[in-house]
Amino acid sequence: MNVTTYVFGIVAAALVLIVVIDLLRRRRLRERHAVWWLVAGTVALVLAVFPAILDWLAGLLGIALPVNLVFFGSIAVLFLVALQASSELTKLEDQTRTLAERVALLQLELDRLREERTKG
Amino acid sequence: MAIGDERVLVVIPAFNEELSVADVVAEVRRKSPFCDVLVVDDGSTDATSIRAAEAGALVATLPFNLGVGGAMRTGYRFAFQHGYDIAIQVDADGQHDPASIPALVAALGAGDGADLVLGARFAGEGDYRVRGPRAWAMRVLAAILSRSARTRLTDTTSGFRAAGRRAIALFAEHYPAEYLGDTIEALVIASRRGLVIRQVPVAMRARVAGTPSHGFAKSAIYLARAGIALVFAYLRPRSAYREALPA
Repeated sequence: MNVTTYVFGIVAAALVLIVVIDLLRRRRLRERHAVWWLVAGTVALVLAVFPAILDWLAGLLGIALPVNLVFFGSIAVLFLVALQASSELTKLEDQTRTLAERVALLQLELDRLREERTKG
Repeated sequence: MAIGDERVLVVIPAFNEELSVADVVAEVRRKSPFCDVLVVDDGSTDATSIRAAEAGALVATLPFNLGVGGAMRTGYRFAFQHGYDIAIQVDADGQHDPASIPALVAALGAGDGADLVLGARFAGEGDYRVRGPRAWAMRVLAAILSRSARTRLTDTTSGFRAAGRRAIALFAEHYPAEYLGDTIEALVIASRRGLVIRQVPVAMRARVAGTPSHGFAKSAIYLARAGIALVFAYLRPRSAYREALPA
């Protein structure tokens, strides 16, 4: 590994962290949605600075090519984020449905009250 | 409670049924004058709401399409909020004969204190028949749900049903949203919550308007979705289902 790749790894990881933290700072991202991105960014930065940790971990897990551990970790993070997004989507859909139902009933009540008032 | 004392609400979920909804409302009002009628317009793009209101029904208009499940939960919530004793679902396409409403009401009030009464289409009356894979699917569903409900049910996908106070409170909170799965999943929810389910035979008619959902591919999809809905309805923790609390 030459200096260029070493610096490239660090810059890429740092960029992820900066973007996530900036979004959090400006309240464009809620903490619980950012957890996995923060974890991923931090791990990536640590590994970029100390690549020896990756080699050591890969050896520990019996993975011949350390880069495969990186791929595994990346896919796992993306999987978790996508799953969390689906779950949030389900929750939002439920809430939207309930709101739509309540709005329809409120509209009905409002119409009835109006009608009563014009009659009486 | 003597028959005739109950406050009964007929809930008619309607999605783009401007051609038939007025006739259905008028027929319910004529044949069962003791009922109030609520049409839940499920985000129709036609004049369903207007036709229903002209025919003298209360109309709740959903801002967008939620499916029968969402429309029915709206109806049950309305019934719950206004203290109705019985809520009866009648389809807007005219295939449910309102003449059977008194039979459903009577079955709810009968000795064993049923909470939910299904209008079964194959139990002797009328000439409604289904063949092929859809019929097998319905038979399997009926067998599973009969076990769960501890009573003999022959037509679990019937949308013609009457709910008593406990069922209204439960369905005001939990009515399955899944398309097509709503009729059977609602039964699972009710039986797991310990509600008493019964069925009475009713006659079915050909639809006044609209096309029935048959065909092999559609039946297969129907079966798959119903199966998935059923499995997860049983897997869900019992504590997930609770009656709504009075406001």
